[in-house]
Amino acid sequence: MTDELIKTYSPKQLAWKRFIGHKAAVICSVVLSIMVLLVVFSHLTARYGVNEAVKLPPNSFLPPQKLAWFGTDDIGRDVYSRLLFGTRVSLLIGLFSAVISVGVGCVIGAVAGFRGGRFDDVVMRVTDLFLAFPFLVALLVLRNMLGAVGWITVIIGDKSSLRFIIFLLSVFGWMGVARIVRGQVLALKEREFVEAARAAGASRRYIIMRHLLPNSVGPIMVALTFSIVGAISAEATLSFFGYGPQAGDGSTSLGIMVGAAKGAVQTGFWWIAVFPCVTLVLISLCINFIGDALRDATDPRLDQGK
Amino acid sequence: MTESVLSIRNLAVTFNTQMGELRAVRGVDVDVRAGEILGVVGESGSGKSVSFLAAMGLLPNSAIVTGSVVLDGVELIGAKPKVVRSMRGRLMSMVFQDPLSALNPVQRVGDQIVEMIQSHQSLDDRAAAKRAVELLEIVGIPQPDERARQYPHEFSGGMRQRVVIAMAIANNPKVLIADEPTTALDVTVQAQILEVIQRVQQTFGTAVVLITHDLGVIARVADSVNVMYAGRNVESGSVQSLFDHPSHPYTRGLLSSLPHEGTERLQPIAGFPPNMLAPPPGCGFAPRCPHALEVCSSELPALRQFGDLQTACVLAEQLRIGGNV
Amino acid sequence: MFRFALRRAAWAVPTLVLVTFLVYIALRLGTDPVASYMKSNPRATHSKIEQYKKLNGLGTNYVAGYFSWLKNFVTFNWPKSIKGRRDVWPELKDALANSARLGIVATVVGIAVGLGIGIFAALKPGGRRDVSVNTIAFIGISIPPYISAVLFQLIFAVYWSRWFGHTLFPTSGVYPPGQDGFNLVLMLKHMALPTIVVAIQIIAVYSRYMRSSLLEVLNSDFMRTARSKGLSEFSVLMKHGVRNALIPVVTIGALDIGGIVGGLIITENIFDYPGTGKYFLSAFGTGDFPLLMPFMVIVVFSVLLFNLIADISYAWLDPRIRLD
Repeated sequence: MTDELIKTYSPKQLAWKRFIGHKAAVICSVVLSIMVLLVVFSHLTARYGVNEAVKLPPNSFLPPQKLAWFGTDDIGRDVYSRLLFGTRVSLLIGLFSAVISVGVGCVIGAVAGFRGGRFDDVVMRVTDLFLAFPFLVALLVLRNMLGAVGWITVIIGDKSSLRFIIFLLSVFGWMGVARIVRGQVLALKEREFVEAARAAGASRRYIIMRHLLPNSVGPIMVALTFSIVGAISAEATLSFFGYGPQAGDGSTSLGIMVGAAKGAVQTGFWWIAVFPCVTLVLISLCINFIGDALRDATDPRLDQGK
Repeated sequence: MTESVLSIRNLAVTFNTQMGELRAVRGVDVDVRAGEILGVVGESGSGKSVSFLAAMGLLPNSAIVTGSVVLDGVELIGAKPKVVRSMRGRLMSMVFQDPLSALNPVQRVGDQIVEMIQSHQSLDDRAAAKRAVELLEIVGIPQPDERARQYPHEFSGGMRQRVVIAMAIANNPKVLIADEPTTALDVTVQAQILEVIQRVQQTFGTAVVLITHDLGVIARVADSVNVMYAGRNVESGSVQSLFDHPSHPYTRGLLSSLPHEGTERLQPIAGFPPNMLAPPPGCGFAPRCPHALEVCSSELPALRQFGDLQTACVLAEQLRIGGNV
Repeated sequence: MFRFALRRAAWAVPTLVLVTFLVYIALRLGTDPVASYMKSNPRATHSKIEQYKKLNGLGTNYVAGYFSWLKNFVTFNWPKSIKGRRDVWPELKDALANSARLGIVATVVGIAVGLGIGIFAALKPGGRRDVSVNTIAFIGISIPPYISAVLFQLIFAVYWSRWFGHTLFPTSGVYPPGQDGFNLVLMLKHMALPTIVVAIQIIAVYSRYMRSSLLEVLNSDFMRTARSKGLSEFSVLMKHGVRNALIPVVTIGALDIGGIVGGLIITENIFDYPGTGKYFLSAFGTGDFPLLMPFMVIVVFSVLLFNLIADISYAWLDPRIRLD
């Protein structure tokens, strides 16, 4: 009598299958990939330079046409090309600050969750408090405060520099991640495989690195996606009010272009507002969908037996 | 023979899962008689819990249930939801395995019992609350009026299970289904809970279905027993007969795997339970059966009566008489 | 229960002092009050500068400076704004009142609708209405308030009047310019758009919280027990399902008020609504310390207050937490 080997799926495979099942997420991934490709290779896909006037003498506020697909801005630059370059900047900001946030957040969250005690209490209270502040207020106050500290500006750069923005958003972002990771660690800490590892004499660091974190990959990935979209959104908010990255050489970010939408409302030059806004919303939407699908795919409790 | 309060005939339950069709129950016949404790024994995956969840109508919508379940003369399979609902909690009720997760954590214990009472009896709040306290007393909870105002997490495991039992008998049901009521409890507490169930059964004449994987529990309190394997009934009859002369190879394997005096080496049953996504044709136990014949893997053995036991095995007669084949 | 609340409240006081101290440091570092003063008052004399420093507790030592500011603050001896002419409290009071009106209406509407939608969607997970609700909620979250605000402005300010010849919803201010006294209809008309914009955010967030929380609860064992009692589906859903699902939603909700206020600030700015958003941004822009500090104190206070409310309501709703 043979025991037939039944085809079972590893958790990773199951998660992948479930992710693929979310049609919306798959569409979004495709759309997002296309956008990312367009933007990463912007030096190839753009039609003009970021600070280049479409025609000389500069023709401001041309509506969309063959010469400039998305029209031109106030000093005659091609909106389409600027959008490509700007989105690249914003995506970079989002990605870098998210990665740093998640890195720092994982470590702090894991340690806080695992060790508990006063460290955990302090971390929790601090993050709770900070996260409860109105977003813009905290962001602006933090920005100015960090930007005034001498050694920070020396190492990282001035308040308006790209590196500073990334730094600021990372400092802002690690807290949310830390809470998620801490929650996950707390839940896992009581599981038997951790006890087994402890009984086998594993050190705390070993348990965290080799047992807890790998089992938290799902929530961490989800946290990463939401950090990215959060960072992009935050940069856009900052730039909207004029507190974003400024380089003076005409280079732009998605946020700056969306900020220009403010004025466009009154003047009726709709292309200044519509294209950047749509881009921002599209990117946010796609990343949000993907993050949500990831969360569903990696959550072992949502087995509906469909 | 007393009349059957709950009659299950040819019950089949299939689940549509991501990995295919899972046939958890494949044709089960059960008779639950008043004043009797029926033990249902089987390993995990044998379909014992699913059968009775199906009878109560508590399976998710993704489960396909066929067959017949007649409670107090009313057919439940395919009946209108309202009908089934009116029976639940009134004519039949259930005690679940884990009392902590079975109780609403944010509601006082007394209120939960009152809810059970008020959904089927027209008592006002005060009368219902009084009744709830009485019920707590019946199941042996000290200081019941104080305890009724407490929350589930303030009780120990055994006490919680008593609360669940109190809730289940609140409307004096004809059938009480206890799904592994002692599995989550300490051994010493197990005995107490079984005693409560017995007492309830004797006092109210309730028919009790006791689902378990523990033969010791069966031996202790059950009057008749049903052995299930791979979604089917393989043997049933009175507890005395089963322990005296088990006929089905599975039952025999179960009994001989229990340690008893003089055991030097434990004797487990070889092999593994079948995968219900692709159950073996013919007898479910055939792959593991030491006496299996060719006909066993192709044809489904029917339950046949041999004296006071019903067994689903072609070799039942020989095994019973000779003890060996 | 009462002792629990009291203990939590007692902690809040030293926290308040500590956090306002941190805010004081942050603002002093970040907005450089003295330099801002000098920028706004280029012809200020040395003695005026010194007076400004003294009134605002801006002495060289941070700790001493803080306490000197604190003393002035609690004795209601508030210095005037940076240009030396406006009193802080009347302006702050108006801004707070305007924002409060907007915020409360938007929150009430938003939470009610959001929770309802969330319950609605959780009832048939994966079904068509769940998917469509989820999608719409997503879109709601993905559109930052300033974009939807700008969009609404575009539609109602520019195009609506172009198409229909009159202004349905005004897009700026609390009243049309020149309005004197209280007029409910006008006020509501002016509030309509900003309220909708803020409410959209809230609905999007709460519907998703409720949906996921309810889904989790629906899978719990005690739901099965409730059904085994023979209760109607509605009863089971409401009394057991929603009741339990509300717990995490309430906690997150109370803590998330900060997010709502954040969206409020942005929205106000775009609709030129004279609330705390406008107040903060203009004060921040000019580095107006005397305007900023009282505002920040109120912010800190409300943050702590909502944290406290969240803690207490969580314990009240979930009796398992009261154990400490």
